[in-house]
Amino acid sequence: MPLNLDEVRRIARLARIEISGAEAEKNRDQLNGIFGFIEQLQSVDTDGIAPMAHAVDVVQRLRTDAVTETDRRSAFQAIAPETEAGLYLVPKVIE
Amino acid sequence: MSANLINASLKELAAALAAKRVSAVELATLFLDRIERFNPTYNAFITLDRTRTLAQAADADARRAAGESGPLLGIPLGHKDIFCTEGWLTTCGSKMLANFISPYDATVVARFKQAGAVMLGKLNMDEFAMGSSNETSHFGPVKNPWDANRVPGGSSGGSAAAVAARLAPAVTGTDTGGSIRQPASLCGLTGLKPTYGVVSRYGMIAFASSLDQAGPMAKSAEDCALLLNAMAGFDERDSTSLQREAEDYTRDLAKPLTGLRIGLPQEFFGPGMGDDVRTAVDAALAEYRKLGAVTVDISLPNSALSVPAYYVIAPAEASSNLSRFDGVRYGHRAAEYADLNDMYCKSRAEGFGAEVKRRILIGTYVLSHGYYDAYYLKAQKVRRLIANDFVEAFKRCDVIAGPASPSVAFRFGEKSADPVQMYLSDIYTISTNLAGLPGMSLPCGFGRGGMPVGLQLIGDWLGEGRILNVAHQYQQQTDWHLRMPDDARQGESV
Repeated sequence: MPLNLDEVRRIARLARIEISGAEAEKNRDQLNGIFGFIEQLQSVDTDGIAPMAHAVDVVQRLRTDAVTETDRRSAFQAIAPETEAGLYLVPKVIE
Repeated sequence: MSANLINASLKELAAALAAKRVSAVELATLFLDRIERFNPTYNAFITLDRTRTLAQAADADARRAAGESGPLLGIPLGHKDIFCTEGWLTTCGSKMLANFISPYDATVVARFKQAGAVMLGKLNMDEFAMGSSNETSHFGPVKNPWDANRVPGGSSGGSAAAVAARLAPAVTGTDTGGSIRQPASLCGLTGLKPTYGVVSRYGMIAFASSLDQAGPMAKSAEDCALLLNAMAGFDERDSTSLQREAEDYTRDLAKPLTGLRIGLPQEFFGPGMGDDVRTAVDAALAEYRKLGAVTVDISLPNSALSVPAYYVIAPAEASSNLSRFDGVRYGHRAAEYADLNDMYCKSRAEGFGAEVKRRILIGTYVLSHGYYDAYYLKAQKVRRLIANDFVEAFKRCDVIAGPASPSVAFRFGEKSADPVQMYLSDIYTISTNLAGLPGMSLPCGFGRGGMPVGLQLIGDWLGEGRILNVAHQYQQQTDWHLRMPDDARQGESV
């Protein structure tokens, strides 16, 4: 079922991307083209097939509980848009 | 002397450095001068820093003077701008990271530093590695050195163009759905995507984490083997890195091909393949038969489903990976916004280009409530079917061969208006990523417009040594990999 403009706007909102009316229309058409192409997956019989989440079947490796990283806060904060007193600044969330 | 150095193999460059016929500083200067002269035409490099490059080269010379040696000591390389490089801009081809100076090195970069390689600069790419033509880069498209009206392929298009134009002896690339092999094919290079997990992904900006894999791009299989020796290895910082003994990828290069079984998947030789590509690939297969190999007809019955499955799985993973770009800790932040949510939405709207947004939207949708099973889970099941096809196929052959790309390099704008047409550029390469197998492209002739054609070789799990051997033996008998575009030749007089 093709996506309508409201659905495109809803997806964009979920993805935290602002889109203009013209962008929403263009995306609707292109996404519908892509989903039309993807639709062929539905006709494949996958009964009893285990989903393959990863290229290799690996188990999560655990490391020893030891401090391995040094404190590089100032290096990391040097590239942040806005910091103060060692904190990342964002617009006020709680009044 | 300089003409020889421009076209020399890594082995020849290492010999010249070891014999003190040239210093690392002289070699870096030679390529930096070529970049200065030719890069404005091709737009392959997007970040250069002559002072830092020459300092690295001087360091390599000092290490040699102190008694050190090694196959990559003093060898100049370019890195795809997806790899974090400490103190250098690392943009991933995006406005989002246009101001991002990495505070650390990717493991791949660190390993090359340790080996004494010298970084010439950072290479242009499709934004966040999402593209097959390099037209999605925020920093403008890369031109194909064989014909500046055509695309170099993508997403490692800057990497491919740099080697084709002889602006670097070798480079790094990454391959999520064909991003090493397709541009290698379109620019006449040899490029290898290793088995998933062989090369560390630490510090390589993530696109689709279950598919991303870094690899070498160079003029020959032998050069790729030498580079992979430095790149490959277990890394505790990558949770999917394979824990295994180090391997010498040059070990089997000289092995004869007598009795080698080359599987030819009927699905790769169908009507989608250009006639010119078919002619070149068929000629390469004839050459292999002369070398003692036999060809076996095989089938990968689900391979046609690889592109649609990929365009569910890769965008799903990308939408998750790219959620980190929120304008808080690094990257682009909008100048004006009403509140926190608005800051996210505006920063991401301004920072991402159209193709990246499109893929985030696809991924967000297929992972959203009510669609997860129908799209994401379904695609993962199809992925299993595609991987199983390879398991069956490798019972009957040692390597698989076919085209790397359905056509030679296309013109700018030819496919950029229709995403699905662009996605189909990777129809022969994507299944390898889904299965986690190694694959490579090597030059095997020329097609329409005098553009290079690539032969793809696919190996069984951890079979990169084998396909490098199969490629190397072909390159001992043919000279397609030594051909170069006119501009590179013109540079010989420098």
